[in-house]
Amino acid sequence: MILELAIKSLRNRKFTSALTVLSIALAVVLLLGVERIRQEARESFASTISGTDLIVGARSSPVHLLLYSVFRIGNATNNVRWDTYRALASRPEVAWTIPLSLGDSHRGFRVLGTTPDYFTHFRYARDRKLELVQGVPFTEAHNAVLGAEVADALGYHLGQSIVIAHGAGDVSFSLHEDHPFKVVGILARTGTPVDRTVHVTLEGMDAVHAEHTGAEGDDPLAAALHAQSAPADGQAGEEPKRAITAFLVRLKSRSAALSMQRSVNEYPGEPLTAILPGATLQEVWEIVGAVEKTLLAVSALVVVVGLAGMLVALLTSLSERRREMAILRSVGARPAHVFALILGEAAFLTLCGIVVGIAALYLGLIVGQSWLESRLGLLIGVGWPSSHELGLMLMVGTAGLLIGLIPAYRIYRHSLADGMTVRI
Amino acid sequence: MPALVPESTAAVELDSAQSEQIVDLDRVRFSWHATPPWVIDIEALRVSRGERVFLRGPSGSGKSTLLSLVAGVVTAREGTVRVLGRDLGALGGAERDRFRADHIGFIFQMFNLIPYLSVVENVALSCGFSQRRKARAGGDIDAEAVRLLEHLDMGGANLLHRQVTDLSVGQQQRVAAARALIGAPELVIADEPTSALDADLREAFIDLLFRECERERSALIFVSHDASLAPLFDRTLEFSRINATGTTPREAQ
Repeated sequence: MILELAIKSLRNRKFTSALTVLSIALAVVLLLGVERIRQEARESFASTISGTDLIVGARSSPVHLLLYSVFRIGNATNNVRWDTYRALASRPEVAWTIPLSLGDSHRGFRVLGTTPDYFTHFRYARDRKLELVQGVPFTEAHNAVLGAEVADALGYHLGQSIVIAHGAGDVSFSLHEDHPFKVVGILARTGTPVDRTVHVTLEGMDAVHAEHTGAEGDDPLAAALHAQSAPADGQAGEEPKRAITAFLVRLKSRSAALSMQRSVNEYPGEPLTAILPGATLQEVWEIVGAVEKTLLAVSALVVVVGLAGMLVALLTSLSERRREMAILRSVGARPAHVFALILGEAAFLTLCGIVVGIAALYLGLIVGQSWLESRLGLLIGVGWPSSHELGLMLMVGTAGLLIGLIPAYRIYRHSLADGMTVRI
Repeated sequence: MPALVPESTAAVELDSAQSEQIVDLDRVRFSWHATPPWVIDIEALRVSRGERVFLRGPSGSGKSTLLSLVAGVVTAREGTVRVLGRDLGALGGAERDRFRADHIGFIFQMFNLIPYLSVVENVALSCGFSQRRKARAGGDIDAEAVRLLEHLDMGGANLLHRQVTDLSVGQQQRVAAARALIGAPELVIADEPTSALDADLREAFIDLLFRECERERSALIFVSHDASLAPLFDRTLEFSRINATGTTPREAQ
């Protein structure tokens, strides 16, 4: 009876009710959306690298090392000598290593010099391998393999020639124009920084830099000839002057990670830092975490604003509804009924807001999923709401009910005081 | 929901007893603030079954307060208010609300209807809070509502499906009368129901009200300041005469 009255009365005030539901729904969309992006960001963050037991680079802070080696953020202050890498990589407890050489860029995308091992050993998410959607991994020195986003953004295809530039900027004054790389492969999307990376061979990179630093006033023809001979050089043997930025290490047994880390940190040849990627990722996330908490707090505030809108709508309706309450009292409604009527309206509005909000969120996710993925690299799943999200919705519902208590109590007091005296 | 609460046995006994005394006030005193000066000070007031009583008095003289006492919205500070032999002062708040739902129909001066309910829903509202009146209205509440509305010349399909806010004041009052009468309550209280009506509509409304009260065997307490209506009733009470308070009308709210 009371619920029926509440719904009919809301229907009578369609416009205000719809606005109230809309504001609650938008708040719910924001809250759940932020929450979902937060979860996904955390997850995709943690899944940027897997299967790697140690990351080794020149002596620096662990966070710094992680940021430049895995996230391609910032630059290394020092390099690791090639012989140091060889020495550590040939330790008996090491299963495989992947050398990483950073510092160049191509039209704003970072260039990573590495070996074909990268495509066989590198793992992300839960032990997922890199897949090529087109082409093959490196076969020659001047080969390049593009991350999915690079290929998308620049519209590159197989066989295309690209030139890398020194430094990380979008506009660089020292282009290594004489040493173009040929695109031989394009990687599948991973949702990690790999997507935004141009992968080239270490040998190719060496050739570029050797020429660049060595022959200032060289004749361009000679440089081109040199470039063509570079693969032969690379295959011939060690480049004594070569240096890399960092390398990834997989051990035969994970339990050796800590002792290996210690021994790398105390390596006598040069100052090095080894990090356990999992632990350092956690450390970085804690820095980022403040931002995500702020986001959550802001969206919680928006929910409060939405509910406050409902409070205002209900309170302003009360004065004109005192008559209605007197009529209900005259046909035998108890003050408790009048209380329940207003509370029921608040509950109904909040519930509608939550349902509409969830529906809108899912609709938005289904429609906007590919956009989010391509623009932000966030793959937001359209799965059932998690128990955490349901908990949030329960909190919104409870808050709606609690707020409904305010007008309900006021009208209860009125109806006790007014009785059936109808005040105009 | 009160509609689901089973009826108290006392209410059933009252029915079988067919108490002839519908309203019985005995040395009733009331003020809004627990202490004198009294707004209501009535030595005795009785209304018997089926009786039509006209209660006349200027506005603001405390008539509405008296009606609130009879309807059990407020309780007497002194003395007893009996309705159908039941001492309302001895009942709890919720019991009084249910008693009112079961036995009393109420018509206000104006704006009697709930704007978001249809004409029929407004009439059926009385049965929503009272299992007893629902039972007495017969199985089909809506059909009974339509029947009553027809009796009150409100049966036309064009009227039944109109928004209640689009009805004229006279039509609204007739819908309110149907709501007060549905389920045959023993007592109908009308608080200045005609004061918003034009003079020529007044008597027609009162005639309809009488006819239906008679059909449902309901007693009627009709309050108005308009003395010209008095001859239509069985009995006329001058409020200033039965109420012994020395207060002026203004003070008596």
